[in-house]
Amino acid sequence: MSAEPSNANRTQYRLGFWLLLAPIVLWLGLLIILPHIDMVLVSLRERIASRQYEFSFSNYTAFFTEPLYWNTFVRTAVMSILATVLTLIIAFPVSFYIAKVLTGRPKIALFILCLIPFWVSELVRTYGWMILLRETGLISGALQWLGLVDQPVEMLYNDVAIMVGLIYTSMLFMVVPLVTTLDSLDNSLIEAGYDLGGSSWHVMRSIVIPHAMPGIMSGCIVVFMLTLGNYLTPTLLGGKDSLWFTEQIYTQFITRFNWEQGAAFGILLLILSSLIVWLGLKITRQSFTRVMS
Amino acid sequence: MIPSISSSRFYRVSYLCYVVLFFIFLITPLLVVAAFSFNDSLFPSLPWNGFTLDWYLGENAPKLGLFHDDALLESIGVSVQVAIVTTLASLALATCNAFLFEREQFPAKNFLYVLMLMPLVVPGVILGVSILVFSSTVANWFEVQFDYDFEALRPGLVLVTLGQFAFITTIATLVISARLRKFDITQEEAAMNLGASRLTAIATVTLPFLKPALFGAGVVAFLMSFENFNTTLMLVGSDAPLTIAMFDRLREGSTPVLNAVSVLLMVGSACLALVSLFTQRPVKQ
Repeated sequence: MSAEPSNANRTQYRLGFWLLLAPIVLWLGLLIILPHIDMVLVSLRERIASRQYEFSFSNYTAFFTEPLYWNTFVRTAVMSILATVLTLIIAFPVSFYIAKVLTGRPKIALFILCLIPFWVSELVRTYGWMILLRETGLISGALQWLGLVDQPVEMLYNDVAIMVGLIYTSMLFMVVPLVTTLDSLDNSLIEAGYDLGGSSWHVMRSIVIPHAMPGIMSGCIVVFMLTLGNYLTPTLLGGKDSLWFTEQIYTQFITRFNWEQGAAFGILLLILSSLIVWLGLKITRQSFTRVMS
Repeated sequence: MIPSISSSRFYRVSYLCYVVLFFIFLITPLLVVAAFSFNDSLFPSLPWNGFTLDWYLGENAPKLGLFHDDALLESIGVSVQVAIVTTLASLALATCNAFLFEREQFPAKNFLYVLMLMPLVVPGVILGVSILVFSSTVANWFEVQFDYDFEALRPGLVLVTLGQFAFITTIATLVISARLRKFDITQEEAAMNLGASRLTAIATVTLPFLKPALFGAGVVAFLMSFENFNTTLMLVGSDAPLTIAMFDRLREGSTPVLNAVSVLLMVGSACLALVSLFTQRPVKQ
């Protein structure tokens, strides 16, 4: 009598476990793993006739022999790293101000104010920068009004415009993890650092920054990923010469209908981003699961 | 550095200036977009020609207002449909995932958890492209094997929904798991001791506890789906969701009707943000 319900219970639990496991396996298998495996396979073939394919590395050799592809790739990586570093430098003092200088209501208010722009679509934010920076835009108008320039200035369609847009778009993903980790730092630790004779710089470097490292890392990883994979901001703010790698992928897939080449580019971008994320984690000795959650 | 440590006046004032400048930087683009939706001009740029509501209410081209622009309204409808389906599907799966990771012990659990986080580190464009490649491989296979055209696997709204669902689920899982971790499992056991079956206990005790997280994750999922661009761009067919429709118009160089849409989006997101803030608050206390 007593054994039976527990047996029934166990089968019920086992069944429950499989029912929970099935959907996640389907999701990851069908939408993440198989598509990426298929993309690798497609990138490793070459069209020799209509519907006739052959195994080949030609899509990858094309990437290494064509300077345009190669340069766009390196340029995208360098600009993304630069955007990540600049975002961190701009966001850190603000996050510190919100987490440590302010208390009570102003703190919550300012934190929410930080979040508001990011409830709005990236498209709208980028559009705002287009209106500000274009030849007939507000900044050009203000400069003329102030008499600093005597004709309209075009500030759109250059690298600085792309950079401003990327930093603006990524800001939230840096501020939130930074504020969260800085907030968890006990003020008395900072005070103790000063009591023991440390300078501001010293306290910052040996107490605050080590404590904030998980936040810094997760902010940097997310910002880097988003920047590297961004399509909208470089296209709209950079115009025809933005040379962003995701644009190459888009061109190969949608405009030229060369899926094999596009798939190879996708794999290369994926390898690059995983590599840099992995390096970042290794250097700062953080674990992937901890940083992402 | 912190209020309890004395610092020079110059330091404090310049720090405050920096923070103020930062917020000006943050808010200006949005204010500018909103302001130019009221400009009586065919272009969203200077000079300022006076106030008008034409970009909302105008009935005739060239000043076709948002509420009479059928193409834009239709794309908003498409986006809402996609967002609702994506939200519901990702919430359902995310709740299952939360129970799986918080309650069950099984081999390779950590491996599966890392795999579950993967969609967050795959750039959206690549996620879109990989689903595009795979779905057309499957569709082609069906065509060759059974001579059947699997319409749903060709670029279109089904694929857009699947693509968004693929990464939004991860975010929803993280939110719901965090809440489930705080749940005291003895409450569920108490319900079962009082005669409830496990499913009844979960439905009447655990799920109500998860409600704020479900709601919060739902709002985030809806917004992320509504505003998604990268993944959608690769999978879109003939029906364009709002972000794609706006992008196409932006490249052509459009009228301030886009500013009006943007204002509508801002108001919509602000309302959602406020609702989620107010529903979350009582629970935190």
